[in-house]
Amino acid sequence: MTSLNFEAIFQSKIDDEVKIEPKDWMPDAYRKTLIRQISQHAHSEIVGMLPEGNWITRAPSLRRKLILLAKVQDEAGHGLYLYSAAETLGADRDDLVQQLLTGKAKYSSIFNYPTLNWADIGAIGWLVDGAAIMNQVMLTRTSYGPYARAMVRICKEESFHQRQGYELMMAMAFGSSEQKAMAQDALNRWWWPALMMFGPHDAESTHSDQAIKWKIKRKSNDELRQSFVDVTVPQAEYLGLTLPDPDLHWNEERGHYDFGKIDWDEFWKVVKGNGPCNRQRIQARIKAYEDGAWVREAAMAHAEKKEQRKLQPEAAVKAA
Amino acid sequence: MNQYLLQLADNALILGHRLGEWCGHAPEMELDIALTNIALDLTGQARSLYQRVAELEGIGKDEDDYAYLRDVREFRNALLLEQPNGDFAHTILRQFVFDAYNYYLYQALAQSKDEWLAGFAAKSLKEITYHLRFSSEWILRLGDGTEVSHAKLQAAIEDLWTYSGELTIPNEVEKDLAQQGIIPDLNLLKPAIEGKMSEIFAGANLSMPAGIFMQTGGKDGRHSEYLGFILAEMQFLQRAYPGQEW
Amino acid sequence: MKKEWPLWEIFIRSKSGLNHKHVGSLHASDAEMALENARDLYTRRNEGVSIWVVESKHITASDPDDSDPLFEPARDKVYRHPTFYTVPDEISHM
Repeated sequence: MTSLNFEAIFQSKIDDEVKIEPKDWMPDAYRKTLIRQISQHAHSEIVGMLPEGNWITRAPSLRRKLILLAKVQDEAGHGLYLYSAAETLGADRDDLVQQLLTGKAKYSSIFNYPTLNWADIGAIGWLVDGAAIMNQVMLTRTSYGPYARAMVRICKEESFHQRQGYELMMAMAFGSSEQKAMAQDALNRWWWPALMMFGPHDAESTHSDQAIKWKIKRKSNDELRQSFVDVTVPQAEYLGLTLPDPDLHWNEERGHYDFGKIDWDEFWKVVKGNGPCNRQRIQARIKAYEDGAWVREAAMAHAEKKEQRKLQPEAAVKAA
Repeated sequence: MNQYLLQLADNALILGHRLGEWCGHAPEMELDIALTNIALDLTGQARSLYQRVAELEGIGKDEDDYAYLRDVREFRNALLLEQPNGDFAHTILRQFVFDAYNYYLYQALAQSKDEWLAGFAAKSLKEITYHLRFSSEWILRLGDGTEVSHAKLQAAIEDLWTYSGELTIPNEVEKDLAQQGIIPDLNLLKPAIEGKMSEIFAGANLSMPAGIFMQTGGKDGRHSEYLGFILAEMQFLQRAYPGQEW
Repeated sequence: MKKEWPLWEIFIRSKSGLNHKHVGSLHASDAEMALENARDLYTRRNEGVSIWVVESKHITASDPDDSDPLFEPARDKVYRHPTFYTVPDEISHM
């Protein structure tokens, strides 16, 4: 069979909604796109631990501390589910991590913003996880089996993240005037970056068409962004908070909210490494990786020695 | 009794807090999850204990009042638990010494005459058993692993061993409760705890240090300088914005 | 030379009476650590009562290119299925 035939069979499976599994034939570009997308997604989860982790030691009640620990822990878990999916494509996790640490691989830019007050933890759960869920729910139906299965698992867990965030925002928005001010401040800072999470407008998005043909993605950036705005506006109204967009209003004709222009210069500035915390985020990951090297090596060395001792019990006795 | 429950609670809270500092910075991502799990167990235990104290005192305080509104001198945790994370060897050694003590302690507390304490201890013992398994395995890995890891673990022992004794040296509160048969006599637990430690140390090619001076005082509110900073961070919001719901 | 922890495949029995089911993979230096990491990663929400771990390199998978010779022959052996046989309506419990 020629590769053209392979490609035709592959596309017809996709069209028929048959999942692609690890050992199935797939075009190189499909494999590469998936590895890139899944690993970026994994990196985002891991880097995403940092802004929230920033508040673990300052959580204002034991209940909130447990919730936040469990949430940040889930993010590590989600990162691992995703690296695991990427490894089914023949990628090696350590190589992927190297790409993150050297700046070759990207991660979601939202995590380059700082968490400045406690309500930021609520805003992240509500808006950032809320935006992520829009994307992730779509990805539970993605064409690559292991990715879709990882997303099913992640989506189940993410809904706790969004709800705890909204609950935290409620406590703040309905609390003292100081707390309400923190909530509004957090919303002001996270709203636009959350909208940017969906990526550039469809017209400017480089990867979109092919990703939709391969059913890696099933909705465009702009469609997802619109759905997010539509569900989030009433949630903000309930909290009595004001979304920082004077152009935001309901468009009866479209049946959607219209919203103001996104500052794409800001978006690209952060993507290119000049957000408020890009440097600190990567440095924190590099430090964890480098400081951890001797620990990982020790564990391997111990495992090998243990294996040796099992194989050659006499040698071990003699050595002792 | 309340003083003792606060001691158990503060031990769990402060160590859980320290472990939480690792979250996002551990030597491997799987370890982020593992250390956070232990932090969750311990913080959960602290919460149950503070709730119990609140119930016994019956003066309208809640769990957070104990965690967030007491100052250094009122905290009852052992000195070991407030020591900084240091490198992973320090964290694991601190964990192992505490787990070995905590395991035998909670085994005995599960037999306490105090029904609530016995029930709480039996439930927590499942978590603590796992903690001891985890930290024991890591002592073996680091001790047996490479020259570097062995040396780092040895350095951790030198830094921290002086805080290991306090756990099993009874203070007045503990002596009193032991006499009433509510908690075990720590002197009687000591051989089992030390036996466990020397068994694991032997497997890790380490020897149990001897003749080390043991620092005490944490259980009576005389702490190292580290605790003040832990509390400054932990209690910041509750102190800056008093009386609010979070 | 690379010394990263090897990859392990994780199988979880979600409750007694069910098979272990593949849930994903993780990295660990040895089998004990693989079990513990699996416990922390894949059973955080009470998803399991038993765990199997197998180092990924020990798994042999069938090749999708062989799926015709491997699986096609079973497809037309209809006589293996009860519906192949006609039994009169009056006969029950069969």
